[in-house]
Parts: sequence; structure tokens; C-alpha cells
Amino acid sequence: MEAQVDTTTNAGQLLAAASGGRRRWGDRIFSNFAVAAAVTILALLAGVAAFLLIQAMPAVTASSSDLPGGKSLIDYIAPLAFGTVLAATIAVALAVPLAVAVALFISHIAPRRLLLVLGYMVDLLAAVPSIVYGLWGIFVLGPAAVGPMEWLEQKLGFIPFFEGPASVTGRTMLVAGLVLTVMILPIVSAVAREVFSQTPRKLQEGALALGATRWEMIRMTVLPFGKSSIISGAMLGLGRALGETMAVTIILSVSGIVTFNLISQANPSTIAANIALDFPESTGLAINTLIASGLVLFAITLVTNLGARAIIARQNIQ
Amino acid sequence: MSPSRWLAIFASLAVLAIGVSACGSSDDSASSSSGSLSGQIAGAGSTAQEAAQEAWIAEFENENSGVTISYDAVGSGGGREQFIAGGVAYAGSDAALEEEEGELKKAADRCSPGKLVEIPAYVSPIAVIYNLEGVESLQLDPETLAKIFNQEITTWDDPAIAKDNPGVELPDTRITPVNRADESGTTENFTDYLSEVVPSIWSYEVSGDWPVKGGEAAQGTSGVVEAVTAGDGAIGYADASQAGELGVATIKVGSQYVEPTPEAAAKILEESPEAKDLAKTPYMFPFELDRKTESQGTYPIVLVSYLIGCTQYGSADEAAIVKGFFNYVISSEGQAIAAENAGSAPLSTSLAKKLQPAVDAIESSS
Repeated sequence: MEAQVDTTTNAGQLLAAASGGRRRWGDRIFSNFAVAAAVTILALLAGVAAFLLIQAMPAVTASSSDLPGGKSLIDYIAPLAFGTVLAATIAVALAVPLAVAVALFISHIAPRRLLLVLGYMVDLLAAVPSIVYGLWGIFVLGPAAVGPMEWLEQKLGFIPFFEGPASVTGRTMLVAGLVLTVMILPIVSAVAREVFSQTPRKLQEGALALGATRWEMIRMTVLPFGKSSIISGAMLGLGRALGETMAVTIILSVSGIVTFNLISQANPSTIAANIALDFPESTGLAINTLIASGLVLFAITLVTNLGARAIIARQNIQ
Repeated sequence: MSPSRWLAIFASLAVLAIGVSACGSSDDSASSSSGSLSGQIAGAGSTAQEAAQEAWIAEFENENSGVTISYDAVGSGGGREQFIAGGVAYAGSDAALEEEEGELKKAADRCSPGKLVEIPAYVSPIAVIYNLEGVESLQLDPETLAKIFNQEITTWDDPAIAKDNPGVELPDTRITPVNRADESGTTENFTDYLSEVVPSIWSYEVSGDWPVKGGEAAQGTSGVVEAVTAGDGAIGYADASQAGELGVATIKVGSQYVEPTPEAAAKILEESPEAKDLAKTPYMFPFELDRKTESQGTYPIVLVSYLIGCTQYGSADEAAIVKGFFNYVISSEGQAIAAENAGSAPLSTSLAKKLQPAVDAIESSS
């Protein structure tokens, strides 16, 4: 950071000297402002981490009989962390193939007129507030999913995911995962689309000239070129899905258990939804426990993001 | 970095801080009043009381244009905590102050040298709501109710349900019991009823968190109502006023099946003894709800929510407003407005008369 600042200042000084000292002040103010902004970001992040650590401490040191439900902290948070990861995994697993397909369609297949409209439409999905997605999930998607989920139970009940008994209200992990899928779709596809359309023309035309079909061209040039963008898009989406609160809080019928059964009325809760549900009536140590679960969520998102960066960095080196 | 640059950073942070603190301060001066009272007070607590509080405050402010009251529905526990810390003038609480963690003592200290005031202000029947195609009316005795909610009875044509409902054709639909996903006073009172009346079947500890795993869970009263409406064969519990078009089960009390009407709910306070050990001052009226009552026409699944305040406050204005407000709340007018807006059960006139001395004890002039 320091080195960069110094170069800009030096460049600014040169410019200032060239223009007779008039621009010097402007540059100074700008570089100081930029440094202040960077420092503030770091301080904020450190402050949030410190807040979580300090507030979570009483719950970590308390004996398990004093905690909500009389369980140990790990027993309290583990099912929540499981639910959080499960919901986010469903969302990413469904959203990534869909988002890549949408991105490819927009960048390489759609006719020019359709392209603009479709691009805007996908971006608009990102502008819908999460509470609206929640209401849509509970009033429209949930009830509509009851029939298909009963079908899944009957036909595919041997798979643990669809063991059932199917919920009669549709407020299940599968529906929550589907809503999260729609929510992260625009993020993943926007990132992928941007990079797909930057695939060097030379490569694409070369592949076509060698007799590749359009799909082969996409597979051999566009997808390899955009691989790291797909991963970083997926990670951005995963981050949003992990932290999503309102939609999950409204939709999911939570029961504090650990299960892979996606279509029953008893589902694991997620960390964010659990905080939203229990915070209003909590006092004292119960709040510290909720904040401790928040710390775990913070750690999960941090690790995912660092992992994504590591993958992307390795890709770029290759 | 050079010192001047650090200086600039701190300067910009300082400007930020000043900006933020400027936003924080607000104009607290009371507007000119036409009523006798003026000033502002804050209350906090029970979410169950929220709708009633909004109605009371709106009406009270209407009559006393110089008064501003704000009620923050942070939850009962949070309300009691803020009251003890001196952050709010009064608290709304779904439970009476208890000895646990020195709460009663701390609350008494907060009011010292004045005394604690605790009056039941909001009584709401909790209805058992259900959605079962073709079944217009449903009668349940406490054992069956408990077995439905602890998932021992899983289909609607179970003999235990049939026994309570002679002549009713029950389908073999699976029962989906719906409970609150968030911690709530409604859950606490509902489970308290079950564990008081049928302890052999309902052996869970009473708390605001639903104890049975594997049921359908929904957020808030509206969430439970929505889930029951959506699912055929679903049954849940919610404030009676929110039941809407759903079927409401009648509950067996003594030899009768009783509907959750406001009158039947208000009657429980007349049947129930006061919890003398929790009444540390003559102005506290904590009730030990007699859920096991067999008295005719009494509905025992109710939520009773209290107002908690002091007989003395730092300023005479504050005390006068609390007194006026409490007085309004327990008046027949205040109770009627709560019944209209929140579906609560109005306090009986005899009980209101009994509570009056507690309100009168608040010293409005220092």
C-alpha cells in the first residue's frame, strides 16, 4: 500500500512541477483520502471480527447447562452450520449450471436484439429484495412444490434426499434451496457472462476454422477461458447463499435437527435464520450464544472466500 | 508515512465521527400541549402486546397532545432488561418478574425509593387452529391435544380423536402439527398449559422455545396461520384473534368443550390465585394461572401480559404520564380498544377495580 501511495505521490509531484505547483494540493487530498478509505475498510473488518470475538466469549466459556437448550455450544451451532452449508450447497449446485448456460446464451448464442433484453432481465433478478423472494417462496413456490415433492417421495424415496414424508405446506429445505438458487443466479451469470464475452476472437475463429461446431468451439475456447470466472461467480453466489437471512427465515420450517431429507417438514435451520428468529426474545447469555453462531458463519464465509481466491490465483498462474 | 498524512487521516475520521454524532442527537424538546400532560416516555417489551400498545398509545396521545410515548417491541426479556437498566419508563412482559437471576431485586432497586408496580393489562386467548377438509368443528381433550403436538397421534382418524368427536367423519389424513419457529410467549403459555394439565404426556420443560423436534415450524403468529392455511391436515396454535377463516378447536375443560372467546379467557384471572411470593409490594399483581380449572365456561389456554412500572420517577412529568397511561390501559375504554385492535380479552371490572390502587400509587407530584 505504502509503495503504491508513494508512486502516485511522486507522479503527482512531477505533474505538479510541470503545471507550476497548482495541481499539487488536489493530488495530496486525493491520495490522503484514498489511504483513509483503505484504512477505514481494514479497521471496520477488524472491528467486526473483534466485536464477534468479544461478544461470543461469554458463551464459549459458559458451562453448557446455562446455554439455551442446555446443550454445549458445539451441539447448538453444529446443526445450524450444517443447515447453512446444505442450503447454500443446493443453491450453488443448481445455480451454477443454469447460470453458465444463461451466460453462454447471452454471450454467444442469442440474437443481438434478444441479448440486451435478456441481459437486463437477468440483472433485474438481482434487484428483487430478498424478503420478496421469501414471500414468493411461501405463497407461490412452496404450495406449488407440494405435488412434485410427493411424487419425489413416491418414485425416488429410496434416495435419502427424498425420503419424506413430504411436507404438506411446501416449506422445505428443497424449496428454500430453489429460492436461493434464483437469488444467486444473476450474480453467477453476470460474472461468467462478462468474461465469456471477452474470450479472444482469434481463439474462437481459429477453432471454427479448424472445423469445430459451435458447441465444440465453446467447449474448447470459451469455457476454459472463463473457468476462473465461473468459480469466482460461484463463490460470490455461495457467499450470498450462506448469509441469506430473510428468505430462509420466512420459508423454512426449522426443527433443529441434522438430516439430508430435503422434502420433509423437519429441517435443519441456518445460522442467519436462527439469529433472526431467536434474537428478538433473547437476553443475556442467549444473545452471546447467537453471536457465537454468527462468528462461525463469519469464519465459514471467510474460509470459502479465501478458498475461492486460492483456486482463482492458481488458475491464473496456469 | 509522513506525519502530515496521518494527520489528514485522523482529520477525515474525526469529521466522520462528528457527522455521525450530529445525526444521533435529536430535538427532545416537547411540543406545546393542549392536554394537562406533556413530555415523552418510552416503553419496551412484549411483542404480543404490540398491537394493543399501538392502539393505546395512539388513543392516549390523541387525548394528550403534548405527550409522546414510544413502545419498542423487543420481546419480554429485553423489555424487563431495559426497564431494570433504567432505559425505559415501563416494560411490557408476558411473564411476571421472577426471583431468578435476582431479577425482582434488581427491578426493585431500579424503582427505589419508589416501589414496583406490576399489573396484568393484556389477556389473550390462544386458539388451537386446524385445517382439515370436510371437518367443520373439532373437539379435543387435553390428553389428545398433547399427543397430537408431541406427535404420538399421527393421523386424523385416530381413535382418540374420534372418541372426542362422536358423529364426525374423520379422514385418514396425516397430522401436521405446526409450532412457532421463533421464541415466543404464545409457545410458553401453550406448553405451560399442556405440562400443567397433562404432565404425564407432556414432560418437556416449559419455555418460549418449542421443545418437540420434527414438527412444522413457522415464524410468528402470521407464519403459523399461513402454514396451517396452506397444509391440509395441519394444526397449530395462535392468538385467537388471528385465526381468521380457519377452524378453531374447542378444548375440554371439566365436562364441557370451551371455545376461546374473550369472555372465557378473561374468566381465568378470576379463577386464578395471585402469586403472593412474587408480589413484593402491594402494587404488584402477578397471577399463578390456574390452568387446571374445571370451572364452567373458562378457557385455560391464555396469555397474560403485564405492565411493569414504578411508583416514583426521576421527574414528576414522567410519573404523571406513566400514571395517566396505565390508568387509561386498565380503564374499560382502554381494554375495549385493545379488544378491538388486538383481539384481547378485556379485564373484568372487578379486577380492574382491584388494580386501580396500584395505578393511583404512582406519585405524579414530587
